Amino acid sequence: MNDQSKYVVGVDVGGTFTDVFFLDEKTGLCEVAKVPSTRPDQSLGFIEGIRTGVKDFSLLSTVVHGTTVGTNALLERKGAVTGIITTEGFRDVLEMRRRDRPTTWGLWGQFEPVVPRNMRLEVPERTLADGTIYTAVNPDDVKIAARQLLDAGAESVCVVFINAFANFTNENIAIKAVRDVWPNEHVVASTEILPEIREFERTSTATLNAYLQPPIGNYLQRLESALEEGGFNGQVLIVQSNGGVMSVDVARRLPVRTALSGPAAGVIASAYIASVAGFPNVITCDMGGTSFDVSLVADGVSALSAQTSIDFGMVVRTPMIEITTIGAGGGSIAWVDRGGLLQIGPESAGSEPGPVCYGLGNNRPTVTDANLVLGRINADRPIGGKLDRLDVAAAKVAIENHVGIPLKLGTLDAAEAIVRVANSRMAGAIRLVSIERGHNPNEFAAMPFGGGGALHAGALLKEVGLKSALVPRYPGVTSALGCTIADMRHDFVQTVNAMLDSMDIADLQSHMTEMAADGSKLLNDADVKFADLNTQFELDMSYVGQTHTVDVALPIKIQNGTLTVTRDIIHDAFVARYGQVYGRPLQGIAIRVLNLRVSVIGRRAKFDLELLAPKAGGTIASAQLGDRDVWVDGSWHVATLYQRLVLPIGAEIAGPALLEQPDTTIFIEPDLCGTVDKFGNLVITRSQET
Amino acid sequence: MIDPVTLAVLKGRLEQIADEMDATLFRSAFNPIIAEAHDASHGIYDATTGKTLVQGKSGLPVFVGAMAFAVKAVIDKAAKDDDLADGDVYVFNDPYDGGTHLSDFKLVRPYYRNGALYCYLASVGHWHDVGGNVPGNYNPEATECFQEGMLIPPVKLFEAGNFRQDIVDIMQANSRQPISLYGDLNGQINALELGERRLTALLDEYGDGTVRQAFLELQSRAAQLMRMNIAELPDGTYCCDDWLDNDGIIDAPLKIALDLTISGETMTLDFSRSSPACAGPVNIALSTAVASVYVAIKHIFNDVPANSGVLDPIDIIIPDDTLLSVKAPKPVGGYTETILRLIDVVFGAMAKVAPERSNASAYGTINALSLAGYRRDGRRWVMFSFFGGGHGGHPAGDGLNHGNAPISTATIPPIEILESAYPMFFSKWALRPDSGGPGRHRGGLGAIYEIELLEENADVFLFGERGRYAPKGVVGGSEGALNQFSYQQDDGYHQPPMASKMVGIRIKKGQHLLLQTPGGGGYGASTERQPEAVLRDVRLGYVSRDAAQRDYGVVIDDNGTVDQARTTKLRATRTQ
Repeated sequence: MNDQSKYVVGVDVGGTFTDVFFLDEKTGLCEVAKVPSTRPDQSLGFIEGIRTGVKDFSLLSTVVHGTTVGTNALLERKGAVTGIITTEGFRDVLEMRRRDRPTTWGLWGQFEPVVPRNMRLEVPERTLADGTIYTAVNPDDVKIAARQLLDAGAESVCVVFINAFANFTNENIAIKAVRDVWPNEHVVASTEILPEIREFERTSTATLNAYLQPPIGNYLQRLESALEEGGFNGQVLIVQSNGGVMSVDVARRLPVRTALSGPAAGVIASAYIASVAGFPNVITCDMGGTSFDVSLVADGVSALSAQTSIDFGMVVRTPMIEITTIGAGGGSIAWVDRGGLLQIGPESAGSEPGPVCYGLGNNRPTVTDANLVLGRINADRPIGGKLDRLDVAAAKVAIENHVGIPLKLGTLDAAEAIVRVANSRMAGAIRLVSIERGHNPNEFAAMPFGGGGALHAGALLKEVGLKSALVPRYPGVTSALGCTIADMRHDFVQTVNAMLDSMDIADLQSHMTEMAADGSKLLNDADVKFADLNTQFELDMSYVGQTHTVDVALPIKIQNGTLTVTRDIIHDAFVARYGQVYGRPLQGIAIRVLNLRVSVIGRRAKFDLELLAPKAGGTIASAQLGDRDVWVDGSWHVATLYQRLVLPIGAEIAGPALLEQPDTTIFIEPDLCGTVDKFGNLVITRSQET
Repeated sequence: MIDPVTLAVLKGRLEQIADEMDATLFRSAFNPIIAEAHDASHGIYDATTGKTLVQGKSGLPVFVGAMAFAVKAVIDKAAKDDDLADGDVYVFNDPYDGGTHLSDFKLVRPYYRNGALYCYLASVGHWHDVGGNVPGNYNPEATECFQEGMLIPPVKLFEAGNFRQDIVDIMQANSRQPISLYGDLNGQINALELGERRLTALLDEYGDGTVRQAFLELQSRAAQLMRMNIAELPDGTYCCDDWLDNDGIIDAPLKIALDLTISGETMTLDFSRSSPACAGPVNIALSTAVASVYVAIKHIFNDVPANSGVLDPIDIIIPDDTLLSVKAPKPVGGYTETILRLIDVVFGAMAKVAPERSNASAYGTINALSLAGYRRDGRRWVMFSFFGGGHGGHPAGDGLNHGNAPISTATIPPIEILESAYPMFFSKWALRPDSGGPGRHRGGLGAIYEIELLEENADVFLFGERGRYAPKGVVGGSEGALNQFSYQQDDGYHQPPMASKMVGIRIKKGQHLLLQTPGGGGYGASTERQPEAVLRDVRLGYVSRDAAQRDYGVVIDDNGTVDQARTTKLRATRTQ
């Protein structure tokens, strides 16, 4: 590492802005920058954003990146021309899905697979479920298929064979044959990506990986070149959907793991900031232009889900931060349906043309328009800096025409109705991830990040019965900050599918040892300094006959590269976990082990969040900007106005109050109160409790 | 009157309660038909009429309408006995009063508030085995419900909060899967308890009166919205007839006939011309018929909320002597086939009055296929699954390839899970070319499933339809392909005499089963399909070159491009 290197930089590229967080490793000081995102080539905004803070890239030691390039390529179907080579009789698995449809009601659904039917070729070969090779594969057949795909213009290819999870032999022979003739490195075997039972989920995940390899590879190449041109000689790391980071080499090979890279970084940062501030249980709330994303963090750990659908039929099965999204963002349009019910979204004005008050051509009212009319947003100081001021009068007219008149409400009451219904939808999403999963909302704080959430956090706190709300000091750059602190993490899975009573434990133990060693090697190869390394083992298990499995963490540690697992350890862990999830364990029914999961985590050093705290010397009086009228519960209230970043540690602000800062506005409702903690976070609670 | 904002908020809160009841049962159920296929439903029902007030979004669509009848059956039973009490929970599976078939067990719980009945909460789930002649209860040869399973009328499972173990003992003794039954029953009890807790919290927060007003208002708005939808349609009577292959006992077609009349703000659906009750299990009870009308209407008018208000402006006429309103002990186990056909005729008639809102028929059969035998070590095995097919073409585009049935949201199990559990494997699992009904918007493709047996022998059961009458197109669109099933014997392949229904045919190791499912019907005349779209279908192998010429009048030359001149000429002769 270069002696001069001294910055760790987190870069989060969002739909509208590219946020950059600079951490000076020597002084511990932080800086943030915000520049417009660039499309279609995000790397321009990326480089521009870094340049606003550090001109000489040789001063950067590590650049950590949360990216939406993969997500966008999937949603817009802009991946590479990809081919599939598969078992004879099964080329339609990708298109047949699990025989579902997009919506419960209405039968107008359609589905366009990323690889069209004529680019999915079959070769004679078959492995049975127990691993028996029923028909061996002929490498010549595979080469013919590969050449045919190349002739048809394929840039990448995925080989996926039925039951390959049970025996890799045929797939290994085939992948070698493809690599012999394929002109580039974009060749993916399903078992290299996901050696797990369930052919559609494996096919979809591996195919999307092949589909993303060229565009993500090219993008990362452009980033690296541009950084190198600026003199950079440090490490680039990419945030994965599971909240951990990976090296650029791994990202090039496994780009499907970036599917939720962007949002994951924000959740990771929130979990860390909240834990340090004494809030191990939070529900993160990211309110954007078109959607509201919530994610649960319990005991400082983010909930992970095993798979997600990026779009209908576009399944990615790899561990991901569990994010629940509803279509209620600042740009969501408020409308009255034909039955006379007020609805918010799912249609959104987005950021172009945006809310009515932007004056860019939309005339249907949005949630942001309602917040503006109610006095909660400053018309003279729009966030983001693209506009000079917001058009309050136009917003009023839109609300009156589209909501007030149909519902026979005055304009202000109509605006408040929009906010109330939007809040209730957001509260529904919070209930879904908390109450419905058995968590007590009393023990959780709402943690808004992104631009819009802090206006609604107080209302959500009241509506769901949360303990408090925690607004981080820089909500708008939370994701970029999260990049700098994320751990390196790699997840592995292997289907076992055996009865606990009869399975070969020695074989399982050697698998576990091997996977852990592979993981450690990946961590070591990345050339990143870790505070410590940690390996976690988990089995998916069930009673025979059940279709849903429970995740059973095994209490096993690696010592000197070896580990010991026994049938009893597995049995006891299963019984305990089953009891936790479903109540009483069952008697006399055989236990099945479906999958082995191994996660290796390299913990990166965290920086001291007190560095973000307000400088000494500020006072509440010096932070005060005057006041503004806000409409709450059917009448005007005078809200005191503050510069949020000037408020000193320990400041207590009684509602109604509006706290402004460059990237967000916080609204403290009349019956709430906010306190600045020693890290500069604002803690909002009910007034009587403070 | 309740203010519009509180109403919008309460609508979301109430739906969330029903959704959460669904999710609770899906997670804790022991049987895959509930856990994976989501063959269950929950909701909140009116205290006096039993009408549906609120329904979960994730449950089986057909239950949405049927549950109102189930709750009404309990209301009538309690009135007759005059002994309804707080803490009661009724259990039953009587399909004649409560809808659907014997496999579906309903739990109905009166909800009391300050000593007075406020509403009902109910749960329904498809249990794994409820007795009868055939494991899993799809018996195509049943002529009485007694051959299909046990029949439990509404009885108290809880009496004022006291659990009646004797009732459970009776049910368990009548099932081949007593543990699964016990697990599912407990899941349903848990779901009801959760619903009660959530509803109590909501009433505490908003007040009983406000929530009651919200119920009333949501019903009347759904009714209002439906009236507005109907008022936009031109007055008149529109007919559509379709057929079932046979009832599994007598090989004669059965007619499902609809005369749909629009008159101002009301709609009448008259099924009087349908066939009389039949000997085999494709009869349905009146409650099931009404529930399936609701499913069809909700698919077409999917902006109306899921409550009984939707049916307010709709009259349904079904005479007692048709196969759509049978009483005990007529067999009803194959109700899925009949309601799929009933839904098809509603789509067909609606396409004549509102072509811009309707779609062609989907594949229209559940294809319940089971394969059963004994392993070398003597253990019994039963593979059982439903299979998919194509959806109908629609105003916005081609039908979905390989979708699930309109009455269900179930997914199909993975090939690899089935193969790891049973001694068989699939030699093919693919889209079926030329199965989508030709049309301006083509029907979605059905599928080809081919199975090879690995064990010495096994018995095959199938309950399917559409073997003789294909899914129809609308607005000039053509039919999808027929359902085709064949099984291999020593002397070659055979087809069941009842087309898509058979019981216990034995096959041997290495022999195959071949199931080819229907595609959806087409939307609009096939000659209106863009030649480029037909060419793309040929390139992708959805449509063969021969079929392109035969069905679409599009000639594709040996270079794989459209022969414009011959196509124009050929199409001109077709449209004359």
